[in-house]
Amino acid sequence: MSETSSEGSDGDRWVFYKDRPDWKDVTPVKQEEGPFPVVSIAYNAKFKDVYDYMRAVLKSNEISERAFHLTKDALELNPANYTVWQYRRLLLKDLNKDLREEFQYVSQLIDEYPKNYQIWHHRMVMVEWMDDPSMELDFLKEALYNDPKNYHAWKHRQWVIKKFNLFENELEYTESLIGDDLRNNSAWNQRYFVVLHTGKLSEPDQIRKEISFALKAILKTTLNESAWNYMRGLLIHTEKGVLEAEVVEFCEKLYASGNKSPHLLGMLIDMAVEGDDPKLDERALQICRELANRYDHVRAKYWNYMETIVKEKIAATKVADQKATNANEAASDVKNN
Amino acid sequence: MDQDGETVGMFCDREHNDNEGEPTASSYAQEEVEQHVESIFKSYDYLSGLDTEPGFPLLRREQHKQFLLKSLMYLPESFSKLDASQPWMLYWILHSLALLDVRLEDKMKDGVIKHLQKCHNTQTGGYGGGPFQYGHLAPTYAALNSYVLVGTPEIWSTIDKVSMTDFLFKLRVGDGSFLVHEGGESDIRAVYCAVVVAKILNIQAPDLFEGSIEWIVRCQTYEGGFGGDPGQEAHGGYSFCAVAALYLLQGLHMCDLKALLRWTVNRQMKYEGGFQGRTNKLVDSCYSFWQGATVVLAQMGLHSSSPQEAKTKEWMFDEKLLQEYVLLCCQDPYGGIIDKPKVHKDPYHTCYGLSGLSIAQGSDESRIVGDAVKNKVKQVHPAFNLPVDKLSDAMAFFYGSKSS
Ligand SMILES: [Zn+2]
Repeated sequence: MSETSSEGSDGDRWVFYKDRPDWKDVTPVKQEEGPFPVVSIAYNAKFKDVYDYMRAVLKSNEISERAFHLTKDALELNPANYTVWQYRRLLLKDLNKDLREEFQYVSQLIDEYPKNYQIWHHRMVMVEWMDDPSMELDFLKEALYNDPKNYHAWKHRQWVIKKFNLFENELEYTESLIGDDLRNNSAWNQRYFVVLHTGKLSEPDQIRKEISFALKAILKTTLNESAWNYMRGLLIHTEKGVLEAEVVEFCEKLYASGNKSPHLLGMLIDMAVEGDDPKLDERALQICRELANRYDHVRAKYWNYMETIVKEKIAATKVADQKATNANEAASDVKNN
Repeated sequence: MDQDGETVGMFCDREHNDNEGEPTASSYAQEEVEQHVESIFKSYDYLSGLDTEPGFPLLRREQHKQFLLKSLMYLPESFSKLDASQPWMLYWILHSLALLDVRLEDKMKDGVIKHLQKCHNTQTGGYGGGPFQYGHLAPTYAALNSYVLVGTPEIWSTIDKVSMTDFLFKLRVGDGSFLVHEGGESDIRAVYCAVVVAKILNIQAPDLFEGSIEWIVRCQTYEGGFGGDPGQEAHGGYSFCAVAALYLLQGLHMCDLKALLRWTVNRQMKYEGGFQGRTNKLVDSCYSFWQGATVVLAQMGLHSSSPQEAKTKEWMFDEKLLQEYVLLCCQDPYGGIIDKPKVHKDPYHTCYGLSGLSIAQGSDESRIVGDAVKNKVKQVHPAFNLPVDKLSDAMAFFYGSKSS
């Protein structure tokens, strides 16, 4: 790396800040290192130069056009520098900058660094300041097309949808993503977010519709945990939980067909624990052992633990039955006397 | 490893992913990783069949140490992108070295302390990602952990608890969550970092975490794990932050521990043996710690026992498979731990790969994979991710010297 100049990204000759006449009045602030430097990064000359001046500006709190340009150079070298982003926001406000332009800028950067916390946060603040979400859903569609599981993009999407009430077409959107890849758990999570916030989880009919949606997906890929988890999530909001008739019937049928998906078997165990059929309890014990020894060996210790839960339930049922019998006997004693 | 020589083909009973005739982008990606892992297993099956490597598989202790010591002093230009994470790099490297029981020379410790002091921001409070950077909760957490790792009571006494308390209060949001820095984003990492800082320094401010337990519980998803914010997808890193913070705030019982346990144990991959971060995502060595420690904390919550009592119990994941993933698939021959085969090593994955190894070894000493002496790493505390001995020294200082 040349010590005096290098090529800029736009092909122009890059001039170091220390060689710029319009920065002559500023004394650069070095990130000096002591006699025994640690985690010492081999910054190139451009990085050092830009950040020497960035630190000087931060120190003097300079509010100026040139400081604003400097933040751009600094962020190009390291878009994860939250201090520079924060200072840039201060400048945006104090210099009354055009936020539309800032939007273009941040969009480009997200394309380049889609997994950077700071850039996404900056975009969120811009949407807030402009009070304008009109570009967001299309922009996010693009970002999620490139990476359908991008956590930052989903966070931004949930935030903007909730803040500006943009739920209208979101259920269809999740459906199309699940259609593309029914193992895309982010899309399932988003679907849950939508049904939760649009009040669907308090309407039994709507829940039933969603359960059918999940069951269809499960039939296609019985090993797909995303669909099973989604269904479990819906059942939290039903009266009978895992004992919901439609689901019990579905699971029994699938089990009878010889399916050994650990997610199905796990459901059968939970159904036994919640239910009151001693025969199913016995079957659940058997299933726990099969999962531990064969169908889901990696989780053997977990299934052994579930076996103890089933056993506890069986024991508790026996105690309760005994108590009920005793009470009945006592009651008939009273009557007879 | 079994010593009776039945090592040939020892990985052949692992089951591959079954896409049930419905391949999608997720299953293709999964199968590709399994292929890489399989070719590694096959080469090891061959090697171990020849019986050339006693104590197989071996933790490359010396190579990791060299990689870490070099990184502690010098990082290549590509690390410029981590210029705002300097205390993090210190913590990752120092913690890894501590796990390998490497003692640092005094001049190195001194260099670390001096650098941390330069990262302290007297204007904003807290520690920044580097000198002259604004205080941020994540580097503050990393800086404090680094102090624990290399500090002495003399050094610890220089930490300004009062200004740290102000810093935490400034970042507190009314609902119990925290911002990572003034004007910055908020998510569950911020709460975790704040809780750890307050806990280690023994900051007694009852209203600092008012509402935090409730806010964290809102981040638990229908899957059982936790997202970074209420509504977000369950994710290993955020789950750990949530569960560890709940543990430290004594609020574990407030979340659905059974669902948490189910989700977390399901993140262990049946073929690769490591953990994935989210449902239907790929294995990654850093989740060895994030998910492994979450299983431990969830079990502690379920049994509502102290770490010491729970210690006698086994963790409910397959500790052998996890160790095999880290040792066989993730060790760079020249030192350092990688995320997964075909990916480059870095200090972050070295730290969390080794921390995960520690968690796995802590489950049942008789199930340490490889040579039990040569492969043993130091025991970490599952909520702080610091070696228990160093943590208890620092806690003894901050709790013992308390005069207020
Ligand atoms: Zn990772």
